[in-house]
Order: sequence, then structure tokens, then C-alpha cells
Amino acid sequence: MIGDHRTHAAFSARAMIRAALAMVVALWPVLAWAHAEQGRAAGFLAGVHHPISGLDHVLAMISVGLWGAQLGAPAIWLLPVTFPVVMAMGGMLGLLGVHLPGVEIGIIFSGIVLGLTVFAEWRPPMGLAAAIVGCFAVFHGHAHGVELPAGASGLTYSIGFVMTTGTLHAVGIGIGVIHRWGWGRLALRASGACVTTAGLFFLWKVLA
Amino acid sequence: MRWGLLRAAIASAATVPMIPAVASAHLVNTGLGPFYDGISHLTLTPEDLLPAIALALLAGLRGAYAGRLALFIFPASWLIGGLAGLAWPTVGTAPVPIAVGFILLGGLVATDANIKPSWVVVLAIGLGLFHGYLNGAAMSQARLGALGLGGIVAALFAVVALVAALVVALRPPWTRIAVRVAGSWIVAVGLLLLGWSLRAA
Repeated sequence: MIGDHRTHAAFSARAMIRAALAMVVALWPVLAWAHAEQGRAAGFLAGVHHPISGLDHVLAMISVGLWGAQLGAPAIWLLPVTFPVVMAMGGMLGLLGVHLPGVEIGIIFSGIVLGLTVFAEWRPPMGLAAAIVGCFAVFHGHAHGVELPAGASGLTYSIGFVMTTGTLHAVGIGIGVIHRWGWGRLALRASGACVTTAGLFFLWKVLA
Repeated sequence: MRWGLLRAAIASAATVPMIPAVASAHLVNTGLGPFYDGISHLTLTPEDLLPAIALALLAGLRGAYAGRLALFIFPASWLIGGLAGLAWPTVGTAPVPIAVGFILLGGLVATDANIKPSWVVVLAIGLGLFHGYLNGAAMSQARLGALGLGGIVAALFAVVALVAALVVALRPPWTRIAVRVAGSWIVAVGLLLLGWSLRAA
């Protein structure tokens, strides 16, 4: 009898938990959609996705991190700081409708040149390295600005793609850690050659 | 110190004209009451959260004293601005000054600008009054009142305390660089927001 009572009590407790969970699930959409503003999450996700939507963008941004890692401090953080800021300036130009000729070619050349710098392990003065990275960042940013999807939240879109861009640089820096070993230096230079080859392939596709 | 405070007061007063003729009415309704609506508003609204984080990063970079000043002056200014917004609300948007604030604060963090604590106070007062006013106006329209504003200010206090304390406690050099990188990201977001705002205008 006592056992039955305990079984019944345990069953009731389980039933109550299930009912509570069902209630939470039932209420969830109401809480989630009770926002005065809409489209923010979509804007953020569009921003996160945009920089990784094209291999030409991805390779160039990772190459910035790789080159920074090869050059060491302060380039390891200065180049990845320069790129997003100047890219945002380019994005602003794109948003304002300022025409920039040869954006697609500029993006492709960024991959070719940055890949070559990694391949050659080129060590220019810091200012020149930042200028090269910044120059190409304008083209990438302009493309982002022009392609801002209609209706997307500009702010959350911007946050999303700045975060993704920074993360891609961080991936490059992370890979670049292998530069401390002899085989790692060779591997980095080989990856630079691969980036340049990919850039040449993209160029051929555009010109063909 | 007295001259520093006087300069801070004058510079803060100079930010008053930045208050726009129209204010942004953007609110999140949690269904949990106005206080929690206020908390969720700050945490879910990047227009308000990012400058708050940027100011906390800047205050933290400038040391414990600047961090303590910002911790109390920033929420207090936000509250005063919010009360003004509740009393004299207008409805609209002000994205350009918000974007300029992003660029200014993010730039100061990214460059690790060696500004005096009195200038951190100036920025805290100006930013607090401006964003507080926008929030107060929105609160008034949504009929959340002072309780909603209280939720925002409480959340703001927590955000500034946590972020500024974290930055003050950072010791390895690379962690300070990480903070500066975060500042550069805020600059980038501000530039894009500026472009987006000008395009919309």
C-alpha cells in the first residue's frame, strides 16, 4: 500500500514536471516573438554569413592573420586591427553609394598579393604593411556595404560581419602560431602559395 | 582638480545640444514587468549596450580610479537623462550621434588614449545623458515609466562594474591588446552604422 502511494507520488511529480515543461514550451514562442522590433537577428546572421560567403574574402582575411603572425609584434595585432577599421570605411562608402571601380578585381588581387607576402615572408616597414592591408580592405568593405540586404538591421548586420572578419583574422593568427617551428614556417609559406594560386584562379574566372 | 571638474562640467553641458529633436522608441517586452523589460532592453539593444561596454573598457584601461568614477557617474547620468526623456519625450531616431559615439569611444579604446579620469567623467556624463534621454523617451511612449528606466540603470551598473573590473584586473600585455582590438571592432561597427544611417537619411 505504502509502495503504491510512493509510486503514485513519484508518478505525480513526473507528471507535474512534464506539464511544466510543456507549459514552458507552449509559452516560449510568445516570449520570443513579443518584441517591438523585428529583423535584428536576421540582420546579425546575414552579417555573420556575408564574409564567409565567398572564398576570395575568406582567403584574404585569413592571409592577413597569417602575415601578421609571420611578422610578429606589433604587426600580429596591428594588421588585424587595421583591416576591419579600413574595411568599415570602405563599407561606409558602399552604403553611401560612392562608386569604386574594380572592386571585384581589387578583392581578387588582395588574395594574390597577400598570399605572395606570406609565401615570400616579406618584411616591409610596418607602415607599408598596414597600408597594403588597408588598401585591400577598402575593396572588401565596399563589397559588403553595397550588398547589405534590404530590410536588414544595419547595426546588427555590421556587428555580425565585423565579428566574423575579426574571427577569420584570429584563425589566421592561430594557424600562424606554427611559425615558431621550422616545418611550420615552410607550411605557412606553402599556404601563402596556395592562396595566391586560388587568387589567380579567381582572376582567370573573372577575366575568362 | 577643481579646474578639471569645471572643464568636465562645461564639456558635459556642451553635449546637451547633441540631444536630438526626436528620440528612438525601441523596446523589448518580456512580459515580466517593466523592471525586467528595462534589463532586457539594455542587454538586447546594441545601440545602448555597445557604447556602455566601450566606456567601461576605456575606464578600465585608465585604471581603477577612472573605473570607479565611471561606475557611479555613468548610470547616474543615464538616470538623469532618462528622467528628462520621461518628462519631455519625443519620438524618432538618432542613429548618427549614436554612430559618432561608437567611433569616438572605440577609437579611444583602440588607441589606448592616455586621457585623464576627468575626461572619462565627461564622456560618462555626455553619453549617459544622451542615451538615457533616448531611453526615457521610449519608456514614456511604451508606458513603462521610471521602473523600466530603473531596470536599465541597474543593468548598466552591472555591465560597467563587470567589464571595467575585468579590464583593470588584466595583467598580461596581450590581454590589453585584446581590449584594444575590441575597441577597433567598435570603431568599425560605428563607421558602418554611420554609413547606414546616412544612407537611410
